[in-house]
Amino acid sequence: MRYIEPHAHMVSRTTDDYEKLITAGCEAVCEPAFWAGFDRASVEGFRDYYLQLTEYEPARAAKFGLPHYTWICLNPKEAEDLALAKDVLDIIPEFLDKPNVLGVGEIGLNKNSRNELEVLERHIEIAANRDELILVHTPHLEDKRKGTKLIIDALLNNPKVRPERVIIDHVEEHTIQLAMDKGFWAGMTLYPESKCTPARAVDMLELYGTNRIWMNCACDWGISDPLAVPKAIVEMRRRGHDQNVIDKVVYQNPHSFMSQCPKFQL
Amino acid sequence: MDARIKAIDIAAFLDRVQRAGQEDDYRVVALREALNHLLEEDPDRAKRVLLSLSDPTDKPIPVAPGKGAAGAWSG
Repeated sequence: MRYIEPHAHMVSRTTDDYEKLITAGCEAVCEPAFWAGFDRASVEGFRDYYLQLTEYEPARAAKFGLPHYTWICLNPKEAEDLALAKDVLDIIPEFLDKPNVLGVGEIGLNKNSRNELEVLERHIEIAANRDELILVHTPHLEDKRKGTKLIIDALLNNPKVRPERVIIDHVEEHTIQLAMDKGFWAGMTLYPESKCTPARAVDMLELYGTNRIWMNCACDWGISDPLAVPKAIVEMRRRGHDQNVIDKVVYQNPHSFMSQCPKFQL
Repeated sequence: MDARIKAIDIAAFLDRVQRAGQEDDYRVVALREALNHLLEEDPDRAKRVLLSLSDPTDKPIPVAPGKGAAGAWSG
């Protein structure tokens, strides 16, 4: 069954994962910038990473006929060093014009600190001034509720931000309504250990509807599953959801959101 | 069966931390508090479990103490 993987950190994955994705029906993969598992020491480290996202990784995906899109930002896990963050923010605009870049992301908060919030506000300003799409990372575990509220406040404080051009990712049962009530899109991340399982994601679809929502695997260098979305499709089928409803959630919705950027073409 | 497995796993976990003398760890205390919501009647137990494990404050903290999360708010 066709689907779009709207959030996968393919730089951390082996090439056979591309083979798994296309075998499962994936028709495009979208890769937000994230934390490498260690802090980069200089702006040149980030430049190399952005080149990897905009030049090398799309070529690797193309070997499997899979369109690869990306998002550019400084991850909140690396936002405590404000001096380095400022240098990195200065080079971000030159990458936003690359042909596979859909917008600014995944920006957000991690531990909900003042510096993280300041860097988030600067990202929002860059995106709003260029009318870029925004993909938001919300914090983990005990920090998610508070961080989601702080992020939404920061987004709404910028009058140029249009909620229909923002997706708030990694929502769970206690944050999904915060995002959707304000007109944002919501992303549900299917992780084996944290965030949510396919069963809980389908519960939320049944409770909150199928408008302005998608599912993603967010596979990275940690314990994660590049085939999590197809497994959620199986869960939807098992519960008797119509094929058209499944297609809407896993293909049409991510297609609609990302098509707001004219560079997204399938 | 899936829920049965998870219920027994949680019971075994609590037995294990008690045998190890770790039942006062704030994460275990928070988990026990969260488990109280499982037997409530309103059909939003998952949300209440998540909220009970969450930082309830609303202001940014001065400095990030690290990068990881522990699963429960330490207060």
